[in-house]
Amino acid sequence: MAKDELKTGYRLIGTRPDRPDGLDKVTGRARYGADLSAPGMLHAAVVRSPHAHARIVKIDATKALALPGVKAVVTRADLPTGLTGEDWNLQENTLAGEVVLYDGHAVAAVAATTKFIAQEAAALVEVEYEILPHVTDVDLAMKLDAPVIRAGTADHSVPEGMSPNVVKYIEFGHGDMDAGFAAADLVREHTYKTEATHQGYIEPHACLGQLGGDGKGEMWVCTQGHWYIRKMCSAVLGLEAAQLRVTPSEIGGGFGGKTTIFMEPLALALSRKAGGKPVKLVMSRSEVLRATGPTASASMDVKLGLKKDGTMTAAKVMFRMQGGPYIGSSPVGEALSCALACYDVAAVQHEGYEVLANRPKAAAYRAPGSPMAAFAVESLLDEMCRELGLDPLDVRLKNAAREGTKASYGPTYNQIGLVESLEAAKAHPNYAVKLGPNQGRGVAAGFWFNHGGETSVSLAIGEDGTATVSVGTPDIGGSRASIALMTAETLGVGYDDVRVNVVETGALGVNEPTHGSRATFASGMAAVEAARQAIKTMCARAAAEWGIEPEAVEWRDGAAMPAGPNAGKFPPMTIAEIGATMGATGGPISGHHEVTAGGVGASFGAHVVDVEVDPETGRTTILRYLVVQDAGRAIHPAYVEGQYQGGAAQGIGWALNEEYVYGEDGRLQNPIFLDYRVPVASDLPMIDTVIVEVPNPGHPYGVRGVGETGITPPLPAVANAVAAATGARLRSLPLSPPKVLAAIKAGRHG
Amino acid sequence: MSKIHVTSTVNGDPVEFLADPRESLLDCLRDHLELTGSKEGCGTGDCGACSVQMDGVLVCSCLVLGVEAQGKKIDTIEGMAVGTDLHPLQRKFIEHAALQCGFCTPGILVAAKALLDEQPDPTEEQVRYWLAGNLCRCTGYDKIIRAVMDAAAEMRGAN
Repeated sequence: MAKDELKTGYRLIGTRPDRPDGLDKVTGRARYGADLSAPGMLHAAVVRSPHAHARIVKIDATKALALPGVKAVVTRADLPTGLTGEDWNLQENTLAGEVVLYDGHAVAAVAATTKFIAQEAAALVEVEYEILPHVTDVDLAMKLDAPVIRAGTADHSVPEGMSPNVVKYIEFGHGDMDAGFAAADLVREHTYKTEATHQGYIEPHACLGQLGGDGKGEMWVCTQGHWYIRKMCSAVLGLEAAQLRVTPSEIGGGFGGKTTIFMEPLALALSRKAGGKPVKLVMSRSEVLRATGPTASASMDVKLGLKKDGTMTAAKVMFRMQGGPYIGSSPVGEALSCALACYDVAAVQHEGYEVLANRPKAAAYRAPGSPMAAFAVESLLDEMCRELGLDPLDVRLKNAAREGTKASYGPTYNQIGLVESLEAAKAHPNYAVKLGPNQGRGVAAGFWFNHGGETSVSLAIGEDGTATVSVGTPDIGGSRASIALMTAETLGVGYDDVRVNVVETGALGVNEPTHGSRATFASGMAAVEAARQAIKTMCARAAAEWGIEPEAVEWRDGAAMPAGPNAGKFPPMTIAEIGATMGATGGPISGHHEVTAGGVGASFGAHVVDVEVDPETGRTTILRYLVVQDAGRAIHPAYVEGQYQGGAAQGIGWALNEEYVYGEDGRLQNPIFLDYRVPVASDLPMIDTVIVEVPNPGHPYGVRGVGETGITPPLPAVANAVAAATGARLRSLPLSPPKVLAAIKAGRHG
Repeated sequence: MSKIHVTSTVNGDPVEFLADPRESLLDCLRDHLELTGSKEGCGTGDCGACSVQMDGVLVCSCLVLGVEAQGKKIDTIEGMAVGTDLHPLQRKFIEHAALQCGFCTPGILVAAKALLDEQPDPTEEQVRYWLAGNLCRCTGYDKIIRAVMDAAAEMRGAN
């Protein structure tokens, strides 16, 4: 295997070995959520509301239950009462109680001997609704005469006199705003809007659940976090967490959308009601789009002050975001914290409102909140750079946050790689390509916090000296390969001598999901610590064998050896030799580490995009695309590039095509992939990447998370490029051809 | 609804199964023949995760009825490797890190093989348009396109 040139000092880290799950995935053997069946299994179907907002007058399942083959029907009446807070939100979202709150909201579920019977039975469940007025737009939902989604939801933070749909108010900042804006040569303020988008993972949610009358259950499910599935299903159904054993399947994409529950408790509730028979529940694509967890939609005001030389003197943001009908689902807090995180500005002020609307309960989507915030702030900054005749990368470099900067959201940064990323973007050949007619270039910077979190990992030495690592973070982007590389590097063995397994909830302490770009960072860190613990034990075994002190033994190149001439003269004892005799030298050797991981390294990136806009149709073509991002240390560079490229593609989709379209009736108009159009291969060019490495001091190998920042800059970068190509500045996404064409024809800012 | 007896050849082997006339070929492959390598991402022919070849023609098996497989030759991802020998596309997908979650991978491999059967020396643009019916949400397609081009080059060299 070729070792990348930029890495030095490591045997394995920075190399690109084949992924351990590669063979299974190219042969069709890998087992995803819907690929497992069980003897005696039933199939489930869900009854969903066709209305955006309606009171449930009556549910009558008589006809459904009379259909031969139907074994169980569940409604909210089958679930425990008395839940509060987010547990209640989750239960209410699993099955509506008195009121359906969005198009697609589940009201009942059916289990039967075949898929067809289950679907027929679902159609026979009679639900009588009293239709209520609805609202799906965030700005309309804030109006005082808007239909009220759920009175009394607002917390104490909301100022008096606002619509009951405004449920949370956030405000923070620092510096003298008046002085900041007074010091500026140019002050501009605009309003921006982004529509809701969906993570668009290709694998629909699927699970196989079994729950007996004794409260003991099992579940096979595609998820980013099976302990979350366990905790949430237990809360919604009133089970004891320890009695529910959850095994994660291979996961067909998640991007944040599989960090929570949607229909999983229904499979368990149906199973319990059907006498403990296993129940398989697989969502259709339209169920995924209507009733899982898309992003928030946003309406945002930004005001910036710049000096003539590009120095940012003050920045003020006001964001309004709806995340569906429950409090706590919109990422407005994260959006505010990300909005100005790239820059060192003396005076910053952030305000935000969380708003309820008749839309699905938003879930995380890759750097939740940050892409919308970046669209607003980076678009306005770009516009002002053009007005002042300044290079947009130079202005970003001038104001860039660096080590020691007090972040806009409070803390002080340690080592970060924004300056290095911006410099690498500026030096890249893409930034010097001469553009033709109707072409334009856009740049933008982006940020994500990254996350550590609850992590538990075990490592066991085999009888032949190989190592098995058990982790609790499902592998989406290649984390098993990265964790194997770090473990093998630490143990001094080969990459192929380590196998990393994602194990079920019964096998480890609690693990948070693969979210927040944490899997390679946190599970990797814990695996390294577990390996160090095993090394300590192996050194002690060698010391006992040699009759010297354990401190006189060191570990090098996969073997115990005397630490120096004074320790005695013994030949190295290899990991294979220690493994072969461990039964007789003290028993099995393992390592274990559990931690709520700190030491997170913030993530920054810079993107450069060239577009061509067809003046006849308004269609935008991406000509070339560059992602530069600080990885801290790229453990497996191919999978780091993969995260950069995948994030950029999703951001391009958000910028150009993707949006939730609701009709006047409050129903989702585009719940299939034909109409919810994600980028296809012919929409994109190759996506160039530069991996910047400013090591994170909080990780044994310098890792920062790399999963999320990449989706953030594309929204403004593409919009800035379109503005450069056409002269038309669009302040709402997506930049669909009709909107761009209208803006070009109007010849003004739209 | 009474079931229909279907006889066909899947990955070179004779098979028979009883299909509900409403069932898709994809459901029959997955549920009756236990060939779960073909995936359902949409059920409407938009994502290509269920791509198979029927008598050599690339189809979305979610848009074909199971009963239509009567007398037909079906090739799925499970038949792409010959014994222990991976198809060059399969090897190149691993080598180029052209998959992340891997859910779209079987359909993309089947579709790419159909392209190379027809056009052994495709341009990047031809590969991109041929695979435009196969959605991948993880990779941004970059490494997939490179893997297909590289596999094509290797296969041309071998001929």
